[in-house]
Amino acid sequence: MAETTKLEVFRYDPDAPPGPDGTREGRFQTYEVPFNKDWVVLDALNYIKDQLDGTLSHRWSCRMGVCGSCGMMVNGAARLTCNAFLREWHPEPIRVEPLTNFPVVRDLVVDMTGFMEKLQAVHPYLIRKEQGKLEDGEYKQLPGELAAYKQFSMCINCLCCYAACPVAGFEENFIGPAALALGHRYNLDSRDDGFAERRDVMFSHDAIWQCTFIGECSEVCPKKVDPAAAIQQAKIEATKDWFLSKILPRAMERTASAPVGPREGGAS
Amino acid sequence: MPTHDVILVGGGGAGLRAGIAVAEEHPELSVAVVSKIYPMRSHTVSAEGGAAAVVQPNDTLEDHAYDTISGGDWLADQDAVWAFVNEAPKEMIQLEHYGCPWSREPSGRVATRPFGGMKIERTWFAADKTGFHMLHALFQHSLRYADVVRYDEFFVTDLIVHDGRCWGVIAIEIPTGELHVITGKSVILCTGGAGRIFPFTTNAAVKTGDGMALAYRAGVPLKDMEFVQYHPTGLPGTGILITEASRGEGGIMVNKHGRRYLQDYDLGNAIPVDDERHPQKRTMELGPRDRLSQAFVHELEKGNTTDSEYGPIVHLDVRHLGEAKIDKKIPFVRELCRNYVGIDPVHELIPVRPVVHYLMGGVDTDIDAKTELEGLFAAGECACVSINGANRLGSNSLTELLVFGARAGRNAAKLAKKTKTIPHDELKEQIDATKGRVTSLRQSNGTERIADIRVALQKTMEESAGIYRDEASLQTTVGVIAELKERFEKVKVADKTKIFNTELTAALELGYLLDSAEALAHSALARKESRGSHQRTDHPQRDDDKYLKHSLAYKVEGGAPRIEYKDVVITDWPAGARTYGVQSGLKRDKPAEATAAATPAPSASSDKTES
Repeated sequence: MAETTKLEVFRYDPDAPPGPDGTREGRFQTYEVPFNKDWVVLDALNYIKDQLDGTLSHRWSCRMGVCGSCGMMVNGAARLTCNAFLREWHPEPIRVEPLTNFPVVRDLVVDMTGFMEKLQAVHPYLIRKEQGKLEDGEYKQLPGELAAYKQFSMCINCLCCYAACPVAGFEENFIGPAALALGHRYNLDSRDDGFAERRDVMFSHDAIWQCTFIGECSEVCPKKVDPAAAIQQAKIEATKDWFLSKILPRAMERTASAPVGPREGGAS
Repeated sequence: MPTHDVILVGGGGAGLRAGIAVAEEHPELSVAVVSKIYPMRSHTVSAEGGAAAVVQPNDTLEDHAYDTISGGDWLADQDAVWAFVNEAPKEMIQLEHYGCPWSREPSGRVATRPFGGMKIERTWFAADKTGFHMLHALFQHSLRYADVVRYDEFFVTDLIVHDGRCWGVIAIEIPTGELHVITGKSVILCTGGAGRIFPFTTNAAVKTGDGMALAYRAGVPLKDMEFVQYHPTGLPGTGILITEASRGEGGIMVNKHGRRYLQDYDLGNAIPVDDERHPQKRTMELGPRDRLSQAFVHELEKGNTTDSEYGPIVHLDVRHLGEAKIDKKIPFVRELCRNYVGIDPVHELIPVRPVVHYLMGGVDTDIDAKTELEGLFAAGECACVSINGANRLGSNSLTELLVFGARAGRNAAKLAKKTKTIPHDELKEQIDATKGRVTSLRQSNGTERIADIRVALQKTMEESAGIYRDEASLQTTVGVIAELKERFEKVKVADKTKIFNTELTAALELGYLLDSAEALAHSALARKESRGSHQRTDHPQRDDDKYLKHSLAYKVEGGAPRIEYKDVVITDWPAGARTYGVQSGLKRDKPAEATAAATPAPSASSDKTES
């Protein structure tokens, strides 16, 4: 056999009978796959699935680093497996596990319903005092105004930042880096008037103030979104907002009572 | 069982736009988004270059319509194209109002860029992650509507059809393995294309022709399936797309001698890159994708391509754009090149080769996104309206998602509102039969490996249904597909468990691929002419007398599909010659003669800009 590399892949079968103590445990299964210098970890997982073991389950789709499906722990670090090359570790074995800080559904698949709720909670959409008419054309936005939030709009929801975040590890309710960055992205958007509507969630105990600014989220972000910066900026905004509420309470009332966009559904 | 007014199968651009249209215009209706992946993972996310809509003061709807129709080699329905170009600008502004971060001019207005086959800059863009930003803007906007109910990671196995009408879907909830019946008064298929029929494609893993096959099995014809778009600039090995925007911004294509070879294929003159007229619209690198991909094959035959470990390649050169412009306009191109081929396009040539990118064909719909089956609609790549004819122009597909997604949503809502009740009792028989079929697939003791069948399918499709085709190879392929379908009857699903069983879904996807491929290969075999992306070496001419028609492939149980034809709708431009380069432009009233042949010879100075 030509040159090969070893993958130690986390397996977890929720259908399997529980052990003597009533719980189910995961285990590592080692697979030997051909080594190809151009292969990424995802290629190796797909090789296993197609050729060695059809029962392995993992998520993937675009394999070009933009759909966000294939985030996993690769030798302990949260990575997009479509952009983690075997040659980074070869000939050492590569350990592949599901993203930490999430419940495991099966094998390498994690439960992301919690994230979806957190994303929805920050109201990640434009909220306008006045809805523009289509016939009046686009809302104007200067290149500088676009640049103010553009970086935070690049999040692909891969969840690597949650796996890296120490706070997300022990505070299940922490809104977390990606969702906070997206909330902040809309707060920064010159077309948006939703600051007051997002205030309760963004500035709550479970949100920005939980962050201890360790910055791991920005370290692992494959798209360089820098959620840590978003959260620190949001803390400054929240502080200004708080002071404003003390010295200019009526100004605060004005923002809080301002009519908001077409929230017909009453998303939570 | 859950029931809704409108059910969307697929949560990409077309599906989300349809869902939002229903939620905004008919808030009393409930919408289900049934998607096998979380919506923001959908393949719309990978689109890079942009979305076309007339916005510049010196542009006209007529020009956009003409570019689209001539680009499609006159196979597009012209009434549909008019609807498309008319509604495109409004849809793009709508998306801006939803928050899409379009790139901007210094004035604060939305910026546009040139694209292949288009006469003028009319492509709206968000750097070179346009699809990503469009999809996330749509998805995030959809989160404000509580009446849009998501069924994330639900894999649709069947349409529920009773008495000539569609009443919903049956789906596996992937995380639990449970089968669910979701009934509705209208169903919209928006599952994208089927690029995974081929081995070398830009398409994501999820693009397995699900909606096409579901419709085909329900007796709805697949239209113009023989038209497969090869994008001229895919990265060798992975097939990852390098956007046409790289050429729209001024990138050039060169062969192994450094020659801008497109000038040898009736695509106009090679204007030097430092000439202010470069890049010239509808010319050279901004010619249409079918012609550029065909030119590659000729270069290969002439020995002008470079060998690489992943097959023959040519090069895309963007170095003259400079680092600042590359980082501002096409940063993702730089990121992809660095990550996946280990080169920096600021300093090096990008190796590229044609790659399967898009299916012009799909579920036959009318201009209102309706199919032949009452209650069933389709939109996006999985549908064929047709605005793309025999070759889609770059940046029309993202716009198509919006225009026809919204149309599908509105028309599905209209039907749902006038439908009083769903005959639940009468659907039971079909529902029970489907449940039995899925359960037995999981419990079967088949021997044929999924990957073996899939690889054999992809191999035969590439050999026969690629850029150039002929009778003999297509005959072989239809035979191979029939054999593979027999083998599929004995497919092996080793995983007998229920929770997140992706081997089961892979088997079901393979079934969809086989059906989509069957329609494609038979349609290609039947069309004995060359038009747009369908090039038959044994029938090299376009034959308007016989084939200025849409093909319709109807599934026949246990045999080859029945191929029928229907007329193309022509309202303004009779079929004429497709010309690019110097002679290209708007020829509204008089069908042009073959002016392409008169394109001047390449200028001697054109090569001096190559390094």
